[in-house]
Amino acid sequence: MSARTRALAGFAAGAVLLFALAPTVLTDFRLSLLAKYLCFAIVAIGVGLAWGRGGLLTLGQGVFFGLGGYAMAMHLKLADAGPGQMPDFMQLYGQLDELPAWWRPFENPVFALAATMLLPMLVAFGLGSLVFRRRVRGAYFAILSQALAAAMVILLIGQQGTTGGTNGLTDIKGFFGYALDDPVNQRTVYFIIAGVLLALLWLARQLMQSRYGELLVAVRDGEERVRFLGYNPANVKLVAYVVAAGMAGLAGALFVPAVGIISPALIGIVPSIELVIGVAVGGRATLLGPVLGAVAVAWAKTALSERFPGTWTYAQGLMFVLVVAFLPGGLASLWGLVRRRAATPAPTTEPAPLAPEPRKVAA
Amino acid sequence: MSGGLRIRDLRVVFDGFVAVDGVDLDVAPGDLRFLIGPNGAGKTTLVDAVTGLVRASGSARFGETELLGRDVHRIVRLGVGRTFQTAAVFEELTVLQNLDIAAGAGRGPWTMLRRRRGIPDDVAKALETIGLADRRDDLAGTLAHGQKQWLEIGMLLVQDAKLLLLDEPVAGMSHEEREATGALLEAVSGERTVVVIEHDMDFLRRFARTVTVLHAGKVLSEGTVAQVQADPRVQEVYLGHAAKEA
Amino acid sequence: MTVILGQLFTGVSIGAVLLLIALGLSLTFGQMNVINMAHGEFIMAGAYTAYVLQQVLTDAGMSLLVALPVAFVVAGLLGVLLEVLLIRRLYLRPLDTLLVTWGVSLILQQLARDVFGAPNVQTRAPDLLTGSTTLLRTADGDVSIANSRLFILALAVLAVLALTAVLKWTPLGRRIRAVVQNRDLAAVSGIANGRVDRLTFFIGSGLAGVAGVALTLLGPIGPTMGTNIIIDAFLVVVVGGIGQIKGSVIVAFVLGMLQSTVEYLTTLSVAKVIVFVAIVAFLQWRPQGMFTLRTRSLA
Repeated sequence: MSARTRALAGFAAGAVLLFALAPTVLTDFRLSLLAKYLCFAIVAIGVGLAWGRGGLLTLGQGVFFGLGGYAMAMHLKLADAGPGQMPDFMQLYGQLDELPAWWRPFENPVFALAATMLLPMLVAFGLGSLVFRRRVRGAYFAILSQALAAAMVILLIGQQGTTGGTNGLTDIKGFFGYALDDPVNQRTVYFIIAGVLLALLWLARQLMQSRYGELLVAVRDGEERVRFLGYNPANVKLVAYVVAAGMAGLAGALFVPAVGIISPALIGIVPSIELVIGVAVGGRATLLGPVLGAVAVAWAKTALSERFPGTWTYAQGLMFVLVVAFLPGGLASLWGLVRRRAATPAPTTEPAPLAPEPRKVAA
Repeated sequence: MSGGLRIRDLRVVFDGFVAVDGVDLDVAPGDLRFLIGPNGAGKTTLVDAVTGLVRASGSARFGETELLGRDVHRIVRLGVGRTFQTAAVFEELTVLQNLDIAAGAGRGPWTMLRRRRGIPDDVAKALETIGLADRRDDLAGTLAHGQKQWLEIGMLLVQDAKLLLLDEPVAGMSHEEREATGALLEAVSGERTVVVIEHDMDFLRRFARTVTVLHAGKVLSEGTVAQVQADPRVQEVYLGHAAKEA
Repeated sequence: MTVILGQLFTGVSIGAVLLLIALGLSLTFGQMNVINMAHGEFIMAGAYTAYVLQQVLTDAGMSLLVALPVAFVVAGLLGVLLEVLLIRRLYLRPLDTLLVTWGVSLILQQLARDVFGAPNVQTRAPDLLTGSTTLLRTADGDVSIANSRLFILALAVLAVLALTAVLKWTPLGRRIRAVVQNRDLAAVSGIANGRVDRLTFFIGSGLAGVAGVALTLLGPIGPTMGTNIIIDAFLVVVVGGIGQIKGSVIVAFVLGMLQSTVEYLTTLSVAKVIVFVAIVAFLQWRPQGMFTLRTRSLA
């Protein structure tokens, strides 16, 4: 089987799993949980690309997730309120006489939908082009991205009158004319999310296998060396960062109809880093690892923290420590190990004998 | 025909320490020039300055173009390529991928975003030249030390560098590998200009067309191998150096 | 005028807290290039140490004085433990250190929750530190500063002086600097890198403990008290530059004053964003931070 056939078969299997099996096996409640996990998985695809392939440890994906989520939620709140009306929470606080100017464009569904992806990409482009060009990288970049998440959360909470503050934007009822409390519509939302996930996986696969994907790995492993091949590594990284931001924004936008809320607690430092742990557990540099890892971690969190909240925190902490310190390739590397053992008769990665071949060289 | 390298009054200063102190250097197009000198003479720093890695004053022209003050990747695109003391290849990529990346700095976004189909001609040719055709799909990290250095030279070739600056290309190589590398450099020079930093005197005697001796950031002597060897100042620096070490 | 002076002093006291926290980081992150996210939980450990000691000793003044050295040792030992068990394996993978220590910080937070309970606790400040001192009397009002903040400022200055002295004049300090500048060379010169690393970590983490004691004078003690403040402290070290303490000192006070001034002119939340933008802008100008050790290596 060629790589391409195998990939197609894999996608077909994934589609069957997500579109046929899950909806029949799972209850409505479980399916809506899965929809939420799949949103995190979409973010994870981007993190896998930027961090696993590009070496950019972004600890602030929550910012982009949040930008997408808020853009979507603002539109839905306005749509819920009806033409010319202010969203309920604004009326409740009673500080404003009319809708703030920066809310107004979000009445337009096309603008709002475009903003869910373009806004995060724009922010990522701005920050990325500033810091990458000046060769701020590694830990410095990680800390900056985390500080961005902290600043965004404080800003949202501080501007309570127009952002809903700590509560965020809640109680969202409709999704482009469909009532979200109807299980049938919830199911549709799940299908949309599953479809987007598969489409973005395909996109990520194309990117990883393209020449750009190879170059990205080269930048990760030897940024200066790449510069000496005539490329500007800043641009290479920027593409991965912006794409990852766009994916996170889209995930945030889909999260809102799936869960019915977006709030600062979902996008700050802690949730941002939780997105990374799923990627680390699954296998940061692989295509599917981040997706499976994100879903598994989110599922484990729900399962464990419902019953033993304290235990979950310990488990999460331990998972971080054990996986990153002792299994940096994630669970995917275990799988790879098993497969290599089973498939190849002898190790092929042994260094070749040192024998030179002068004839060929002199040719 | 490639351009030559013309350096005038090049100075590099690190926090008050003068690493390169007013060097004038001309390398004719197609030359195979060796750059030698004791440790700390400023050889690598000179190459760093020419390739934009460290800031320098003075002038370094490649053909008609001034190099100083340009970004590293812009200098590379002008046709100046270099290697480093420690072989720097992308170990997690295959030999073919390494070469393909080196060949592709001028590619447009559309080509970049698509998969590589087949092997570009220049890459195939380079694979033959450096003798790694049968290791094409192996990860570069699995190559032997000497092979990694050849891969680096191969990367310079597909990059289509007209001026090659090689920092100790035969360090750690066996005798046979050195011979092969020297032959490769001879074959490459002519249509390209090659500058080699090297400590190995046997290698130098065997392959250098011209030699420049640096000492304490300045040019001490310049000429053919015989001329330089006969220069009493060179003998003093090297023998005095050796005497101190002994 | 009074207002400006008042903001200036607020800024200085914010800066002093930042400095006290960043000082430990400038050792572990700045000197050893280890990103220890659990540094915030070492602060928390120091704060809870102060709390426990006050429960035992009851006298507020006495317990504060005892808490400072005890917290230093407690947090320092936690740091050594972390270094020995985990960080030592990760010196070549700085980004992974960040994630691993984040996991450790989660565990420590939960541990604090299980031992001390999730709700915040509080210590009593000694009487001497509860009032405020008037620094300046002017026609349109007095400029005064809380005694607790003066105490923290003094503590920060003292910590900087002590650390500088240790790094400059003791054999240990010379070894630390040698290891920072060239690990391999230091090793072949007979310096036991491992021991120096552990000692550096002990001092750096210990300083976090001291900072934790200081924070009990300003607010409640809780399991997550270290999480947010640690980011600001990391920014101080990033902007200050690797490998030098003076950068952290200057930047801590500058950021403190910037924060308080912008906050006065706008709001707390806007100030945070503006400070962030200012930092990114500063890094455009000096991407390596204010002070750097320059080397020739291909970094």
